[in-house]
Amino acid sequence: MSDVVKNLTAEEVEKQANFEKLANVIDLYSGKEGCLIQVLHAAQEIFGYLPYEVQKFVADNMGFSVSYVSSVSSFYSFFSTTPKTKHDVKVCLGTACYVRGGSALIEKLQELLGIGVGEATADNLFSIHVTRCVGACGLAPVVVVDDDVHKQVKPGDLAGILDQYRGE
Amino acid sequence: MSKVNITINGKPYEAEAGKTILEVARENNIYIPTLCYLEGVNQYGGCRLCMVEVETNGRPMRNLQAACMIKISDGMSIKTNTERVRKARKVNLELLLSCHPKDCLSCPRSLDCELQTLSRRLNVTEPRFEGEMKDLPVEISTVMTRDMSKCVNCRRCVAMCNKIQKIGVLNAQKRGFKTVIQPSFGMNIADTDCTNCGQCISVCPVGALRETDAIDPVVKAIEDPNKYTIVQVAPAVRVAIGEPFGMPSGSVATGKMVTALKALNFDEVFDVNFGADLTIMEEGTEFLQRAKAALTGGEAVLPMMTSCSPGWIKFIEHRYPELLPNLSSCKSPHMMQGALVKTYYAEKLGKDPKDIYLVSVMPCTAKKFEIARPEMNENGVPDVDAVLTTRELANMIKQAGIDFVNLPDSEFDPPMGISTGAADIFGVTGGVMEAALRTVYELVTGRELPCENLHVAPLGDSTQIKTASLTFENVLPEYKFLEGFTANVAVTSGFDGAAQVMEMVKAGKAFHFIEVMGCPGGCIVGGGQPRGVKAEKWAARKAGIYAIDEGKQLRKSHENPAIKAIYEEYLGQPCGHKSHEILHTHYTARGKYNELI
Repeated sequence: MSDVVKNLTAEEVEKQANFEKLANVIDLYSGKEGCLIQVLHAAQEIFGYLPYEVQKFVADNMGFSVSYVSSVSSFYSFFSTTPKTKHDVKVCLGTACYVRGGSALIEKLQELLGIGVGEATADNLFSIHVTRCVGACGLAPVVVVDDDVHKQVKPGDLAGILDQYRGE
Repeated sequence: MSKVNITINGKPYEAEAGKTILEVARENNIYIPTLCYLEGVNQYGGCRLCMVEVETNGRPMRNLQAACMIKISDGMSIKTNTERVRKARKVNLELLLSCHPKDCLSCPRSLDCELQTLSRRLNVTEPRFEGEMKDLPVEISTVMTRDMSKCVNCRRCVAMCNKIQKIGVLNAQKRGFKTVIQPSFGMNIADTDCTNCGQCISVCPVGALRETDAIDPVVKAIEDPNKYTIVQVAPAVRVAIGEPFGMPSGSVATGKMVTALKALNFDEVFDVNFGADLTIMEEGTEFLQRAKAALTGGEAVLPMMTSCSPGWIKFIEHRYPELLPNLSSCKSPHMMQGALVKTYYAEKLGKDPKDIYLVSVMPCTAKKFEIARPEMNENGVPDVDAVLTTRELANMIKQAGIDFVNLPDSEFDPPMGISTGAADIFGVTGGVMEAALRTVYELVTGRELPCENLHVAPLGDSTQIKTASLTFENVLPEYKFLEGFTANVAVTSGFDGAAQVMEMVKAGKAFHFIEVMGCPGGCIVGGGQPRGVKAEKWAARKAGIYAIDEGKQLRKSHENPAIKAIYEEYLGQPCGHKSHEILHTHYTARGKYNELI
């Protein structure tokens, strides 16, 4: 084993460890029915998202077809097939934010980053997400980057907000 | 089973407890519309077209109920034809239609579409709701054309792929309006482990799933004065081709079919049965060679497995690549025959094989993939140029304005139109094995297969996995090595059964010869056959096939005079040098995710 590991990059070693973790989770549920969602949940915790090879691994080790696994993972919006980026940009589309121009913010963000909702930039720095009410209706419209809440955002503010995170 | 008393539309009925309202209604000829329902395969109350009013214990259930889901109980009263029921069904159908393309006039399923029929039957007279349309690209592979903008999400195909065939390539991805039936991650079906069995196509009620049409290139070749067109027809086609013209299931329409093919202006009409007889000679000989090696201390891979079904071949290449050496190296019957047409027969005609256009009519969609395999050619000339399914041939006959039902009979053209009954039964599960045993037993012992009417009884029924044993006694001197040997054979159809048998083989079960057909029930219910297959239809088509076999004077492949002649004239001997060159093939280990290619 150690001979093989020597030739692997740090990234590959981490991946291998993650698959071992996932295998342990699947073992835990083995023989029980109706556990696919729990396993996918754990897989997303481990890998951050559910790419094809992770869903394939789940399918092969739980006796499903990968098409069946992806039918479940693509049904629930909580599961994601795009990698977690360094910064999540979440635009609130709850009622208050929506009324005060939340959707214009999404359009501007898509234009600035050149990606759609749920997608990640090529450098893996930003991804755009839509959220429901974050409980800051008085500050609408709200953009949440990671854990920072930006209040009363206008489309023109967005470039500056993104720049704050670029240098980090 | 205990009986319960119910009333439907005020009339009393006695029915078996445990049945659904829909089942009891159908048994009593009461029509309840359905779209997603597929008896015993897909019953989940999805389409909401089978709504009925139900009263139990004298109390009406508040909501309408899906007749396919509710089991009858004693004293239940059901109404299938009230204004409330009719209105609800119609609105549900209109909502389904709201996002369905209205291009019926140019849809290939027009007049053969269950959605269209339902619209008429439920009296939809205007597009009442205009919904958003699904703008999805049409996906075309060698084998199938998938137009998901026409899909009604009934999930019949999903049920065939997952529950019956247990391949699981197709599933509902995403949710809500965005739901689309496709492989994982939007993959093209041609890039998956799909076997091309076409069972999804067989059950699609609308124009969403169909075979990729080959009629145009075929017609073009017929019209081309420089092409000599030959057509050859598989055994299972002749007992189903009458159905699209209103003939009963299982009607033997061989003579009309040949006349129709001649009327379509093919230069010659051959019978793939000839290729089937040839396959028995090659495969039977291969089996005896393997058995001899195994019994005399040589090296041989047993059990040997049949290789006629291209769906099965792709299945084993994906799922059990380690068992590929067990596959017979024989090409399938129509490919063998194609190879002969492009070599032996081209020479005989004095034609350049490139100028011969050979069309196979098949009950099968996977054959479209098979002819495109890179190894299926003779010096760069494809063995077979096009495959038409039975459905496509029926369409072609209709397009040509041929009155099929009233056609006189004609005979296939010699030499590749001459065949024995053993070849006919290739179309049914168990048939290839029975045909092989008829010849192998007689070659080895000099006596006829000791079975009533030459039928190996346990192999012919609809059981998923069938086995039989045959002991060779008083063998001819050249087969001394087989004296007292008991051959254990297994027969299965459908990939669920195939997987089970492969697991038995891997676990060391002592089989010697295994027949696998990809479609459950065999080629008569193949993915290219006329739609709407039920158990009774399978039985009728099977009875048709066996009637042809029993009606023939020659019922053993080795007795076929045309086969004897071709060995004398061209091939030499079964499994000889020439045979290996053109009649045998090799396989590709693919792996479940195509990771091996």
